[in-house]
Amino acid sequence: MNVLSLNHRAALLSLVILIFGLLIWESLIPAQQAAGELTEYERLTGGGAQKAGVPPPSQVFQKAWEELSNPFYDAGPNDKGIGIQIGYSIYRVLSGYFLAALVAIPLGFLIGMSPIAYKALNPFIQVLRPISPLAWMPLALFVIQDSEWSAIFVIFICSIWPMLINTAFGVAGVREDWVNVARTHELSSMRTAFMVILPAAAPTIVTGMRISIGIAWLVIVAAEMLVGGTGIGYYVWNEWNNLDLTSVIFSILMIGVVGMALDSMFGVLQRYVAYNE
Amino acid sequence: MPKPYLSVERMTQRYPDGEGGELTVFENASFSVEKGEFVVILGHSGCGKSTIMNILSGLADASMGAVIMDGEEVSGPSLERGVVFQNYSLLPWLTTIKNVTFAVRARNPTWSKEQVLAHSKKHLEMVGLNEEVFNRKPSQLSGGMRQRVSIARAFAISPKLLLLDEPFGALDALTRGTIQDELLKVWAGTNQTVFMITHDIDEAILLADRILLMTNGPFARIAESVDITIPRPRTRTEIVEHPNYYSIRNHLVQFLGKRSKELAGQTGAEENRPEIVHYENTKPVRGSKPKLAS
Repeated sequence: MNVLSLNHRAALLSLVILIFGLLIWESLIPAQQAAGELTEYERLTGGGAQKAGVPPPSQVFQKAWEELSNPFYDAGPNDKGIGIQIGYSIYRVLSGYFLAALVAIPLGFLIGMSPIAYKALNPFIQVLRPISPLAWMPLALFVIQDSEWSAIFVIFICSIWPMLINTAFGVAGVREDWVNVARTHELSSMRTAFMVILPAAAPTIVTGMRISIGIAWLVIVAAEMLVGGTGIGYYVWNEWNNLDLTSVIFSILMIGVVGMALDSMFGVLQRYVAYNE
Repeated sequence: MPKPYLSVERMTQRYPDGEGGELTVFENASFSVEKGEFVVILGHSGCGKSTIMNILSGLADASMGAVIMDGEEVSGPSLERGVVFQNYSLLPWLTTIKNVTFAVRARNPTWSKEQVLAHSKKHLEMVGLNEEVFNRKPSQLSGGMRQRVSIARAFAISPKLLLLDEPFGALDALTRGTIQDELLKVWAGTNQTVFMITHDIDEAILLADRILLMTNGPFARIAESVDITIPRPRTRTEIVEHPNYYSIRNHLVQFLGKRSKELAGQTGAEENRPEIVHYENTKPVRGSKPKLAS
């Protein structure tokens, strides 16, 4: 018997679902009627004009092919390649994200190590954490006076919490026996932090980082719709204003693909720091 | 009389019992260990063996009393007191060899990389581990192998005092036997002072020069110190034929089964020193009654 591995069978099933889905989508979209077939009445009432409608997948693929074969063209403020737009978004996400990591991981270490710091900072964290990152936008625009940095600030503020909380949780939960191993070997506090606490807490910290990058990528689209100018969020909104739904659908798919790529990078990192007891 | 190598003087440990009162684990306990001696402490669980271990290692502080080792008072953990815990002595994200080298490097900061590596390998090989497992993580080793690594690490840093906290408690009987033999072999080549907790009588007789017997808590104390008058080198098949073996074993069984309960409770003495029990030609020779410090 020809037995395919589980992965092969799953891939085959995915492919079948994809093709089936695309076929249904394609068949549900009514074809645009040619102008010649219209009655005079219809022509007079504007029925012959190009109607905006949800495009079939074939058109989306065609659009994707066009865009992806020349992703980095720049023909003025309103016409840039998809690669440039995504590049801007990734730049903003990573800037805000790394600034957040720079603050959240050391601060999380402190909170995790010191019960008094935990108790003192916890009320602030609990109040600030549930605030929608976009609620900061007006304040950020007013204080920073720069839309670029305001967007980065919004990313900073939304990605800081999962990293902060997970780092504190991971550090506080390090098995006491391992800390005792460090103590009985007279490791300095710096060496204890890097040799014992950091590796022990790393899986929890990286999980926090993974959650953060996911949230940051969710938020950047909305932030760029508000801020405008460049970026994938702006691109989606701009194409909506152009009533170019093909581009809208294409960019939605691109948002998904980039988000998946960012997430899987952290998946690799997670596997690297994982350990079994 | 020269001072003993390790001396515990009137150690008392009390914890708040959560209801405003205090729970006394042990009170005014005194005992000593000589250099190069292998001392095992036997007692029921909950009698405070691990508390004694934590105080000796410096990981915990006694409520009162002092621990003096080699003329210095013990305060805080140190490389001079190596500890092998029942579990989790190894860092799971480091390979076997790195679990040893980090300790050797901490002990000898001036050594070169090659020296550290050679010293670590030597000690791993001494407990019967070979190159094959050096690059494995602890999770890829059996429980017995993990404890061998812990023991190798402890001997590699040659502390003044080696503390073993039920090191074989989590192992199956056969593996336990093999590693006890390994431990005896490694220990015989050194002048290492060892203090070990166990609740396995046969293990205690095989390994120890002297067994300290603890009464049940609270107010536990080390009631007796039994000399194991069986010559070394010992093997588990030969010691059972020694005339003192059954008398000693019987004494220990009686103590743990009956007298640990009868002797339990507060003595009110200013200092609780163990009574010395010495079996000569199967007859017990009891030592002086506990000396009271004036």
